Amino acid sequence: MSIALRILFATAAAALVVSCGKKPAEPAAPAAAEAAKPALDTDEEKILNVYNWSDYIDPTVIPDFEKETGIKVNYDVFDSNEVLETKLLSGNTGYDVVVPSASFMARQIKAGVFMVLDKSKIPNLANADPTITQRVALHDPGNEHSVNYMWGTSGVGYNVAKVKAAMPDAPVDSWRMFYDPAVVSKFKDCGVTLLDAPSEVVGTVLIYLGRDANSEKPEDLKAAEDVLMKIRPYVRYVNSSKYIDDLANGEICLALGWSGDVLQARDRANEAGKGIEIKYAIPREGAIAFFDNFAIPKDAKHVKNAYLFINYMMRPDVAAKNTNYVNYASNNAAALPMIDDSVKNDPSIYPTPEVMAKIVPDLAESPEFTRQLTRSWTRFKTGK
Amino acid sequence: MARIPPPQPPHHLVEGRLGAWWELFYRYGPPRWSFYVRHAWAGERLVIAVPYLWLLLFFLIPFIIVFKMSFSEVRLAMPPYAPLWEWVSEKAVDVRLNFGNYLYLLTDDLYFSAYLYSLKVAAISTVFCLLIAYPMAYAMARSSPATRNLYLMLIILPFWTSFLLRVYAWIGLLQNNGVINSVLLALGIIDEPITMMQTDFAVFIGIVYSYLPFMILPLYSNLEKHDFTLLEAAADLGAGPVKSFLRITLPLSRPGIIAGSLLVFIPAVGEYVIPSLLGSTDQLMIGRVLADEFFANRDWPVASAVAIAMLLLLMVPIMIFQHFQSRELAGAK
Repeated sequence: MSIALRILFATAAAALVVSCGKKPAEPAAPAAAEAAKPALDTDEEKILNVYNWSDYIDPTVIPDFEKETGIKVNYDVFDSNEVLETKLLSGNTGYDVVVPSASFMARQIKAGVFMVLDKSKIPNLANADPTITQRVALHDPGNEHSVNYMWGTSGVGYNVAKVKAAMPDAPVDSWRMFYDPAVVSKFKDCGVTLLDAPSEVVGTVLIYLGRDANSEKPEDLKAAEDVLMKIRPYVRYVNSSKYIDDLANGEICLALGWSGDVLQARDRANEAGKGIEIKYAIPREGAIAFFDNFAIPKDAKHVKNAYLFINYMMRPDVAAKNTNYVNYASNNAAALPMIDDSVKNDPSIYPTPEVMAKIVPDLAESPEFTRQLTRSWTRFKTGK
Repeated sequence: MARIPPPQPPHHLVEGRLGAWWELFYRYGPPRWSFYVRHAWAGERLVIAVPYLWLLLFFLIPFIIVFKMSFSEVRLAMPPYAPLWEWVSEKAVDVRLNFGNYLYLLTDDLYFSAYLYSLKVAAISTVFCLLIAYPMAYAMARSSPATRNLYLMLIILPFWTSFLLRVYAWIGLLQNNGVINSVLLALGIIDEPITMMQTDFAVFIGIVYSYLPFMILPLYSNLEKHDFTLLEAAADLGAGPVKSFLRITLPLSRPGIIAGSLLVFIPAVGEYVIPSLLGSTDQLMIGRVLADEFFANRDWPVASAVAIAMLLLLMVPIMIFQHFQSRELAGAK
């Protein structure tokens, strides 16, 4: 024991000596940098802990940010809103910036998870697209707690050749592809999948039925469940990530998926070069949009760094780089000229104004309705 | 029956400083743990305290937290449930116990049917594990010490890779364009790939494969201690191999069978990862119901109530069984 203690003391002493020795030298380096650039308002500890969706950023952006600010970024990823929410509600996540989707964020704001943002620290907010900001305000009144990062829709992802072979006049830009038993039954053998996101899928069924996508009326939920039960025999599985690979390699031919994910499947299929062509369509009846937003938890330890990061992500060139990489629409209006034509002219990423008018948000449900929805969804998944 | 006098401890011990203790030890055998706690020195107490401290920290305290949560109410806050008690003034505390979470479990047959299904899956998996493990453990116990160690190594080896990776490997084996189907197609045994993923079959394979070592090891450690000359004696007296197995080996290995079955059955009931990766969505095991309550419904209190109910439904029968088991063993002596 005494030896262990002695080693401990020795290490502590060495660390002290090293840190004392270093101190006088330290201010020299930032001083030189400050002379060239205006001083950055960083935290004392130059660390930033970011928690974002997986595959949701251009890989060069974080290293560039680190180089420019000298802040070390710990970048961590998740793949479901539920996981993020459970961590946030338990508290002490240690994250400084998180990226929840708007419908979940609305509830988290009510639970008091996020701090009110000081907009003066995010000058690049001037680049934001006001129409998107307005839509996010439905979830975050006055946009007090969040800055939108990107947004997308859920719609029809399909294998062009296989769908044509199964049904030459398939209504690919309609929810009938999934919810009309006469249509979806044609694709049973080549594989149909749905997202495992109850509120979004039920919302799209309600759109198909011509009802309010965010209705909490029991009869609407019942009607949606009836539709889902009828198409159940034709659905191969319900999952929110597996369909990307399966669509790309031809295991399935029709997926209710998120726009960027389907386009990612398209890119993977192109890379594989097996001649599989994947397309994405926003149904003409209307669709549900999701908005993923930056927010700072109240217990964040590096708040100044978090502001710097959000401001950096709102810079037009950075926003354009990210959108070109992940195929989701940016809320950054100033970035538009720098976005690839193939991305900004793709109506499945940047919908036309007519389609845009039919895109509805996925609003947060009441806890009672969430329970009914989950139960209904379990009945659909188990068939009981 | 003539009483056999207890053996006398050696002289130098009886006359030594601890003579009286040795006398007691020889007469009554080793003392119980409670004796140590009361009489022994700090060192021994510490040794005994370690497992109790472990249970306290990693079982009792989490259990109390979950138990407490199961009487709480959901609310939109951090954490997302209401505290059980609140100080309303300096002298008064307001306690709210909500039994609704447990009553809720009775209103919906979802919980009961998922629980029954989990029991079924666990029971079938345990039987298969036993059928596969018994011959393996028996062969290990009867082999030479050198090969025995090799076999033990081979049983333990898969634990060196991550459990999750091993389950993912089964996806690669079982899926439609996976290894098994490709080989069968290439050999011309089948014309169309057999759907094995997202079926009960895949779940059973996954559970039996993952838990097999937990059945083999206790069985092996029991069978290894058997006196195999008993079988020779049985053969000399005219018993065939089947009869001597049923009358001698099987009854003697009962403790091993029970230990192995419990080690497989209990974790299999609450299994979440294997069915969600290999199984289909129409099989609803209690583990997934619990995850749904927690993540999808954000209802931590009901999720806790499900967990407590599951623990009671599982532990109480097992404890009763253990009780009778140990009484029977005591009676046999």
